[in-house]
Amino acid sequence: MKVNGSIIVLREKQSLLDFLADQKYDIKKIAVERNGEIVPRSSYDRVVLKDEDTLEIVNFVGGG
Amino acid sequence: MKVTVNGHRLELDCQTAFQVREQIGSQTDIVILNGFQIDKDCKITEGDALTIIRKGAIPKREELEGMMMARHTSNVYEKIKKGKVAIAGLGGLGSNIAVMLARSGVGQLLLIDFDVVEPSNLNRQSYYISHLGLPKTVALKKQLGEINPFIKVETKQTKVTADNVEELFVGYDIICEAFDQPEAKSLLVNVALEQLPGIKIVAASGMAGYDSANLIKTVKPMKNLYLCGDFENEARPGRGLLAPRVQICAGHQANMVLRLLLGIEDV
Repeated sequence: MKVNGSIIVLREKQSLLDFLADQKYDIKKIAVERNGEIVPRSSYDRVVLKDEDTLEIVNFVGGG
Repeated sequence: MKVTVNGHRLELDCQTAFQVREQIGSQTDIVILNGFQIDKDCKITEGDALTIIRKGAIPKREELEGMMMARHTSNVYEKIKKGKVAIAGLGGLGSNIAVMLARSGVGQLLLIDFDVVEPSNLNRQSYYISHLGLPKTVALKKQLGEINPFIKVETKQTKVTADNVEELFVGYDIICEAFDQPEAKSLLVNVALEQLPGIKIVAASGMAGYDSANLIKTVKPMKNLYLCGDFENEARPGRGLLAPRVQICAGHQANMVLRLLLGIEDV
């Protein structure tokens, strides 16, 4: 799977929600695009990741 | 020869820019030829746009817009004037973005913030002592009126939530995400990308402190999302927000907005 331009090997079948938790993302502070489409937050637990997937994860930090 | 002088199409018997100045005004007047202020005389050709400005004089309202925008290339200004841009959050990023876009002549701005101006805002936000206590929407709209009265400025003093994103931003070409809190940034970006297909978002992440200015950049991580900042330096105790990096980031956002309005989608 490609995540933010880097190849990541999925060891097991995983939902997007579990993957994000493993990678220590705070889901309240991110946005995720999968294969060119925004993934609604409410469906993170239903999206099952595949080797062919390309993810872009944007992590927002505070300040403005 | 037919040329445009201060917004009026004129037939003049002139070969150079300074000959036009002689006919229209006096020797000390400023001459702007096709968006560039000249101090040496040069030849003009059919269709050129000249602006002749008398120093120190206050022009009539109908001449003012042309004079203000004389430094833009004319086809650039026409496109920017059609732009509709919403700015969500009127703090260090949003207030400065609004000022830059108003100066550039973006035709319609929507300013959204729920808060009032307070003393700790003045270190980086575009407000004055005289604005303390005023809603930021009101204080900023006043300033924009003094900078460029020829644009439409709408304001909404409200908090952006998952339930009002669509009604607030529908009809706008571009949203500038200019919030402070990461949760608010994420919420707006997620909901707007889901509910408003085609809208472009220019967001920001990471501009606190006084790390190198060169670390702040613009990227396009998603189809309709542009992101400006260094992506790392969050505001926290010991690393506050300072005017230069906040304004550099605001400048990145404003420039990306102008590029998008001109049809350029690359960063």
